[in-house]
Formats: sequence, structure tokens, C-alpha cells
Amino acid sequence: MLRPLIASSVLGAAIGSVLAASVLFARAEATPGTVFIDNFIFNPKGLTVKAGTTVTWTNRDDIVHGIAASNNAFKKSPAMDTDDSYSFTFTTPGTYQYFCYLHPQMVGSIVVEATTGSNATQ
Amino acid sequence: MSEFDHRDGVSRRKVLECMTWCGTGVLWTISGGVPHSLGIMGEAQAAETKGLTFLQISDSHVGFDKPANPNALGTLEEAIKKVSALPQKPAFMIHTGDITHLSKEKEFDDADHIISQSRLDVHYVPGEHDFVDTDRKIYQERYGRAAKGHGWYSFDANGVHFIGLVNTFDLKAGGLGNLGTEQLEWLEHDVKGRSASTPIVLFAHIPLWTVYQDWGWGTDDSAQALSYLKKFGSVTVLNGHIHQVMQKVEGNVTFHTARSTAFPQPAPGTAPSPGPMKVPEDQLRKMLGIANVNFKQNEQRLAIVDSPLQG
Repeated sequence: MLRPLIASSVLGAAIGSVLAASVLFARAEATPGTVFIDNFIFNPKGLTVKAGTTVTWTNRDDIVHGIAASNNAFKKSPAMDTDDSYSFTFTTPGTYQYFCYLHPQMVGSIVVEATTGSNATQ
Repeated sequence: MSEFDHRDGVSRRKVLECMTWCGTGVLWTISGGVPHSLGIMGEAQAAETKGLTFLQISDSHVGFDKPANPNALGTLEEAIKKVSALPQKPAFMIHTGDITHLSKEKEFDDADHIISQSRLDVHYVPGEHDFVDTDRKIYQERYGRAAKGHGWYSFDANGVHFIGLVNTFDLKAGGLGNLGTEQLEWLEHDVKGRSASTPIVLFAHIPLWTVYQDWGWGTDDSAQALSYLKKFGSVTVLNGHIHQVMQKVEGNVTFHTARSTAFPQPAPGTAPSPGPMKVPEDQLRKMLGIANVNFKQNEQRLAIVDSPLQG
């Protein structure tokens, strides 16, 4: 099913599958906190970011989804209809398990690493 | 209601197209303690009914406007018109949840405006889409004031004990539908003193049997709930959520899911996800046929009857 991809101001670009490789190459450092929802799956399912990173989830399904932390460790999203996004800035290091509060079989995690010490190398 | 009228007018043709495949409702008769589905309402109109007759609708998803059905309110209205046109008026209606798509006040208003035209008492249980307002209060305020917990309750009609359960409120990461300890304890007490010959009708949004675990189509603690009903000779479990007719018989328990009035979802495992399914027009009437299920009256084992309208 085709649907228009809405360019997000947070992302700075809409990422189509054909262009994904080149866009990701160019923007890997600028957009470290991006999770898409496609076909009831969080992609990537596990994401590692530095403390202070804003993670943005974007729903690309034709059905409503919602983000909630498994232990209420971060603020849950409003209901996200098609092409809606939700962002949360993770400041405290740790592992954050989350799920879709409409479809709880959908699970994912955000690992937040401390920014202390050298982080210059990739 | 100018906005509604406008929308209705613009997409009238689309509504009529949808009504060739969208489920409308399942008419139920209870006679001799055994619930008997009269099939889809076209057949029901011709059927002779006796005993208690009630109607089930489900998953109206008012507010849904995606390609699978751009006007879910319009198809709900068509369904209710069919209910109103029944020659024999059902005693009441149950709605097994997902009244709205996004739990907005206007969506609930629109749903109420249409459903009330049936002039039937309606007993609701909430779907997960009815609990996505920020404070998760609107459903409770509208439909659950006399209910327990997040909206569960029971009532009696013509010697049948009806129990409406909520398995969409306290969902756990990685889990399925969930009833929770408080509701299970209430259920145990609710049925404890009743005669084993009392027919039981249990209804909830998410199936109370595992239809397809990978898609979350089941309820984690449903086995516990059903354990309280073992002594009863006739237990019928009515659900929605999966937007297609499914039936299973296990001992004294018959499980049945109703169609949506809004959009179809794929059969388990036949698509990458359980999301709304856009159906090619030439398959619509075939799909209507696939979803047709009958209960055989006065038989312990109940049968699925395939009766496609075309092909």
C-alpha cells in the first residue's frame, strides 16, 4: 500500500526506501534518534543513543499506535495516527523498554549511554 | 450536523460500495438455553425468531478515514438502518468495542447519534481505541458510570446472564489483552451463586481465546476467567477486535467474533501485519460470504456454515 511520506521538520527529510542508504549515510549523525513504525514493528527495535538525544517515533501505518514505557520511565505519547510523530529527550543513561499501548505485542528499547569520556570515535 | 451531512453526501456512492462487504451485525436468538445465530441480517429478516433475540455490532471505529474505508461513520449508519428495518425488533444490542478510532468526544457523539437511531438499548464494552484520550476518562463517563472498575458489569435478560468484560485497559508490554486480578475476582463472585443451567453470554472486545498470538489476538488471563464458568452448561463468548468472523467450540463454550462495521482485517498470518485491509472491489461480495457463520440450535457442537453471496 502506497501512501505519501510526510517530510518531518525534525528529520529534515522524508526517507524513502530507495533513497534510504544515501540519506542515512548523510544524516547518520544528525538524526541518531529515529524510530519508524511500519507494519506493527518498531524499526529499529533496539536503538542506542547518547544522553541528551531526542528520539522521534513516526507512525507510518494506517492504524493508530501509541508509545508507552514498560515501567512508566518516560512520558507516554498521545495516540499517534498515520504520519504522526512523537519525540522524547532522554537525559538519563539506562535502558528504556517500551511498547505500543494499543498493540502491546509491539515492543522496543532505547539504550541511553552516558556522554562522559571520549565519544569522538564512531 | 452540517459537516456530517456534507460528508455523507459527497461519499454516498462509496458508502454503498462499502455496504456490499462491510459486516452489519449478527442477530442472536436464545431458545432453550442455546444461543442461535441467525447469520447476517439479510437472512435474519426471513427467519422466524422466538425466545430472546439480541444484536451484536462491533468495531465501528468512528473517525477512521483511511483507504480501507474513508467513511466509517457512513457504514455504521448503513448498519444501523438495517437494524431498524428488521421486522422483529431485537430486545437490545451489544457493541463489542472500538466505538471510536481515536477516543475523541466528537467521535463518540457521532457514534451515539447514529446508534441511537436503532431505538434499542445498547450494552457496550470498550475497545483499546476507546481508551486513547489523554486521561482515559471519556468512555467511562459516557458508558461506564454504573459499571465496576474500568467498565465491567453483568445483567439478566429472559433467564440469560450477560457479562460484559474489559480486556483493553491495562495492557502489558509484550502481552495480549488483559482482564486483571480485580476483574477476575469480581467475575468469580458474579457467577458463583448461579444455577449451572443458567445460559451465560460473556462479551468483551479482544477475543477471550487465542486466535493468533503473533498479532496479539487473544487475552493473557482468559483461561482464568473461563475456569469460573466450567459448571455452566451453555457459555457463549462474543468478541470483536479482529474484524472478521471466527468461531471455535470447546466443550460447553462457543467462541465467536463479529465483523467490523468499518473495515476488514486480514486472516491470521496472511499479511505482514493485522492493519486495515483494502479490498479489491471484485472480491468484496466473496468476502461477505466467507464471514457468514451459523450456530445450530439445540446442539452441543456448533457448526460454521460457509455461505458466500457470490462465487
